[in-house]
Amino acid sequence: MSIEKTDVLIVGGGLMGAASAFFLRQRGKSVILLERDQIGQYASGVNFGNVRRQGRFLGQLELANRSFALWKRLPELIDDDLEFIPSGHMRVCYREDEIAELEAYAAAPEARELDLRIFSGRELHERFPFFGPEVKGGSYAPHDGHANPRLAAPAFARAARRAGATIEERCEVTSVQKVGGQFRVTTSDGREYRAEQLLITAGAWGEKLSAQFGEPVPLIAKGPQMSVTEPVPYVLKTVIGVYTKIPEEVLYFRQIPRGNIIIGGCNHSKPDMLNRRAHFEPQSLLKQLQQMHRLAPHMANLNIIRTWSGIESYLPDSLPVMGPSGTVDGLYYAFGFSGHGFQLGPGVGDVMAELISTGSTSTAIEPFHIRRFATSSMQRSKAS
Amino acid sequence: MATARLKNLQKDALRVVIVGAGPAGTRCAETLVAAGIRPILLDENRRDGGQIYRRQPEGFTRDYATLYGSEAEKARALHQSFDRLRERIDYRPDTLVWSLTPGQLCCVSQGKHTTVDYDALILCTGATDRLMPIEGWQLAGTYSLGGAQIALKAQAVSIGRRVVFLGSGPLLYLVASQYLKAGATVAAVLDTSPLRKRIAALPKLLARPGLLFTGMKLLAQLYLARIPVHLGVEPQQVLGDAASGVSAVRVRTSHGDNLQFDCDALALGYHLRPETQLADLAGCRMRFQEVSQQWVLDTDGEGRTSVRGVYAAGDGARIRGADAAEHAGRLVALALLQDLQQPVHGEALALQRRVLAVMDEFSHGLCQAFPWPAAQAKALADEAIVCRCEMITAGELRSVVREKGACEVNRAKAFSRVGMGRCQGRYCSQAGAEVIAAAAGVAVERVGRQRGQAPVKPLSMLTEELKQAEEVAP
Repeated sequence: MSIEKTDVLIVGGGLMGAASAFFLRQRGKSVILLERDQIGQYASGVNFGNVRRQGRFLGQLELANRSFALWKRLPELIDDDLEFIPSGHMRVCYREDEIAELEAYAAAPEARELDLRIFSGRELHERFPFFGPEVKGGSYAPHDGHANPRLAAPAFARAARRAGATIEERCEVTSVQKVGGQFRVTTSDGREYRAEQLLITAGAWGEKLSAQFGEPVPLIAKGPQMSVTEPVPYVLKTVIGVYTKIPEEVLYFRQIPRGNIIIGGCNHSKPDMLNRRAHFEPQSLLKQLQQMHRLAPHMANLNIIRTWSGIESYLPDSLPVMGPSGTVDGLYYAFGFSGHGFQLGPGVGDVMAELISTGSTSTAIEPFHIRRFATSSMQRSKAS
Repeated sequence: MATARLKNLQKDALRVVIVGAGPAGTRCAETLVAAGIRPILLDENRRDGGQIYRRQPEGFTRDYATLYGSEAEKARALHQSFDRLRERIDYRPDTLVWSLTPGQLCCVSQGKHTTVDYDALILCTGATDRLMPIEGWQLAGTYSLGGAQIALKAQAVSIGRRVVFLGSGPLLYLVASQYLKAGATVAAVLDTSPLRKRIAALPKLLARPGLLFTGMKLLAQLYLARIPVHLGVEPQQVLGDAASGVSAVRVRTSHGDNLQFDCDALALGYHLRPETQLADLAGCRMRFQEVSQQWVLDTDGEGRTSVRGVYAAGDGARIRGADAAEHAGRLVALALLQDLQQPVHGEALALQRRVLAVMDEFSHGLCQAFPWPAAQAKALADEAIVCRCEMITAGELRSVVREKGACEVNRAKAFSRVGMGRCQGRYCSQAGAEVIAAAAGVAVERVGRQRGQAPVKPLSMLTEELKQAEEVAP
């Protein structure tokens, strides 16, 4: 059996793993990343592509801001174009009382860098004439935008590889253990990898690995529902999303310069974890069309040409598991981004690299620590 | 599992759905009706007949001989059979099945969305043209052979005044002769297959001497009309400009001469590819067919797919042409009846199997005589467009293979957009796979095939769910 040693071993080649590999190389650490399938194949490659900060948990904005600063350094940072456009993002609501909630968010000190501006009434409909009459207000984030998720993780992985990282695709991890001060990871092709530090960025499969180290989390996998229209002239430059507490009303869309309008939301499918496929449910499209008629009624006379899904990981509080393990030295996690990881990707990579190589990070990530689930799981085991 | 469920169902309660009212779908429905089943027949077209026996729109009055030529009697027989069936099946024309889930089809008809539940599903979804790009083929005036034929058959219009026919396969000669007969100027018929391939395929083609003779008659007609016919050509370029479209087609002959044919339209095609998106969405297994060098549905000899309760017949299952489709339609119905433990005459089964074996042999002969020109993909200039919907060049596709390591079709699609447009890869992904394989230096079956994604055809955003009240209204 061949044994390969490295400073840091990363399991999972989504955007988080690929970006971490890149930034760890920037800090001079040797890195091997193991991906069972292809880089960015699941959540990272199929998501909506929102590079959105507004609307996030306020305690996450510091991380999102750090990530945003990295997005702005693209394409130079990784010498690759992820089609990032800081086009502006508009978060709209259907109810008057929700405007106050958008205002409160905009007024929060954590959101200061976002330069949010609230629109309502006539001003709203003059500025965004394509909204239907049910749209009552909205919060405009001038710096937020969108990028191409299909390109992001592979581009970070290539940049990491150019910087000296080893990226192994189609390489399935069969066992992970810590022996002495070292992690030993074996793969189905019979190789063994050893490292003093191990980062788990395995998305919907992250929980399987954290559970092996005695840190189970109540993660569930969901399939995002995405559809796209044929190309039409590029006029809707702002990314639009609906702010609501009713899941079926959650619709978002963006137009890309070549003209297609990408639509997502309203529903999730249950992925087939055995075959690692998630399906787009036909019913989702009907829901999206219905909500689209409400949000932007004039966009009706277009054709949907494709739909897709993928496998995303959600935690009950909609916050990721990110940071050091609560029980094992040298073990780190970054998974379970609950449908909002794309914008965070570069920042997560940067922060995890900082944390792993220096032992601490200047960005607050305490709310995402895995130990928040430890109490409840211990309580559960006591109860049983 | 589904078969177990099928067995327990009474014939009356059984929901059998056929998709496609061409030769396979019609004969399948007929066989099921004879066994006392009333199938639902969904068809995207406004009238039955499929592509080959497409019926002209109401108000057109061309006779069978004009419309279908040598196939007039077969067309008439099929239409008459359909007319007799009409009241004994639940026929729903103008209905696109755009997606499905296990046991349920998602349909849209005239902007209204409905679902149709099924216990058994028989896909008779036919085929479309198989295309290989040529530099300049994005210019207006370039049509597929099938498209050129539909223009003539359905609308009685020609795709141009002076038309070049380029490609390979029986359809090349058939459509050219139909255009000739209709009074269009056929500038040239340019076949990429050399004569020796046809000679080598003769033993297999002799499986159906009648059809071989019909093909030779078509060729004779073209020669008699002094149409330039060249075999073994290498396509070079479609000339023209964005404003006025196609102006000429340039090829290199087997002797190495460059020939240029002035024209205002080009009909292009290399035989057919099966329409398998619904089967793909249903999870049916596919296999790479060596003889045709393409992915086809993996069915048993009678039309059962790898998914229980899902069957397929006709060109959508295996490219064997219209005559075979009629037999395969009957056979798949018999297979379903067997699975339902209904009495089936062993002789009827054996007959269909025997006929289809002959047709298999012939279709293999055709693949050999008119081979898919894979080498063209390798030779394609970097500037040539591969994906016409997204306007992606061969060079761009090659660069994602070489620079980004995308050696698999779906990966290359994600990086390059080839196959991401309106046609969803139906017209470009086979050629795209060849370009990828050549750039990666591997066999084409190693680069996979583009996964089917709903909707099967573009779906209008005006689509609305049919209200319950509308459904029950008389």
